[in-house]
Amino acid sequence: MLEITNLTCSRGDRQLFTGLNFSLKPGSLLYVEGRNGTGKSTLLRAICGLFLADSGDILWDGKNTQSLAEDYTKEVVYLGHHNGIKDDLSGLENLRISTVLDGDDVTEEQIWNALKKMGLKGFEDLPTKVLSQGQKRRVALARLLLNSSKLWILDEPFTALDVAAVDLLQSVIADHISKGGMVVLTTHQEVALTAGQIQRLELGKKKNKNV
Amino acid sequence: MRDLTLAMRRRTDVLTTLFFFIIVVSLFPLGAGTEKMILMKIAPGVAWVAALLASMLALERLFASDFADGTLEQMLLTPQPIFILVLGKVFAHWLLTGLPLVFIAPLVGLQYYLPDEAVSTMMLALLIGTPILSLVGAIGAALTLGLRGGGILLSLLILPLYIPIMVYGAGVVSASATGTTDLQAYFSILSGFLILALVLSPIATAAALRISVE
Repeated sequence: MLEITNLTCSRGDRQLFTGLNFSLKPGSLLYVEGRNGTGKSTLLRAICGLFLADSGDILWDGKNTQSLAEDYTKEVVYLGHHNGIKDDLSGLENLRISTVLDGDDVTEEQIWNALKKMGLKGFEDLPTKVLSQGQKRRVALARLLLNSSKLWILDEPFTALDVAAVDLLQSVIADHISKGGMVVLTTHQEVALTAGQIQRLELGKKKNKNV
Repeated sequence: MRDLTLAMRRRTDVLTTLFFFIIVVSLFPLGAGTEKMILMKIAPGVAWVAALLASMLALERLFASDFADGTLEQMLLTPQPIFILVLGKVFAHWLLTGLPLVFIAPLVGLQYYLPDEAVSTMMLALLIGTPILSLVGAIGAALTLGLRGGGILLSLLILPLYIPIMVYGAGVVSASATGTTDLQAYFSILSGFLILALVLSPIATAAALRISVE
């Protein structure tokens, strides 16, 4: 379970949000909303530990995530604005490296299957620099299929994807939720999510509506 | 680490560093004339300055490309301890920029009329010294990550820290060229530096990366 208590973040002199509280139980999805510049991405980065919050605690199963360190990062997958894939390497190599680093025991065959499922059949061996934006995004998203982490933090996962891929990603997310996983998600596109328990958090209002 | 595969895809980067070293080293005999005594005297210094600059040249790229495409963030989020990852990256960097310099050192010896013992001493000194350059440089590279004009700042930060390594590294070669046989002290100090850098640099670099990614 993920708990956020009294979280305050600022960038430079500007305070993005103060006293943010919420908790996320297994099998639920948190939908972070808000206009541009309200701190959605910052919140997501703070949750996964890339951004240091001014004050407040982020607790995982009741323990502070900073003291958990590697025990916590093992449970988290983060997908940000950057795809986090190397342009010079093929999709296959990219995934092989990331699964090794994530400490997941994944066979070569599983990687091929994940890429096939993401609709990249025939592109597995090409360096990702020759792929389109959407295809690169698909390579990055294939990591989700190969990962055993409980908490997925997805920043605008639907950008650059076509309709079919959006559907696919939704089913992947729904599947993860139904297995007891947790997803924190931002998106500017209104996408109907058909997952289990949905929570909403809106940033940028005078008072944060706590959920 | 898997950085090596990546480097194989971009062979030119590695060769640039190597050729940079060769060219800088070759410029001196051309500029200062081919008088044997002078060349022999300046050889150790020239070789080390060139090694410093060559290692510097590649340092900027150590984390920059990973930072740009988001893979650095991903690495920080893996369950691996960060200093191990840093150590892996630095080791890859050294294999590609430091180690080739060791093997190219006899070429320098040839150009500067160095005696054989001095050449082998230089190779050994470079073998111990270049990992220190990579390790110390990694701290600077991590600190200047994402800054505009980071390259110049990096040189200003790191070059002063390279001075002791250069002093002892060049010192041992000079001593060996003048026929001194007892070089133990020089190597002890250089190895001491290496151990110190090996222990402290990954920790400092990991901390600097965390700050830079924010």
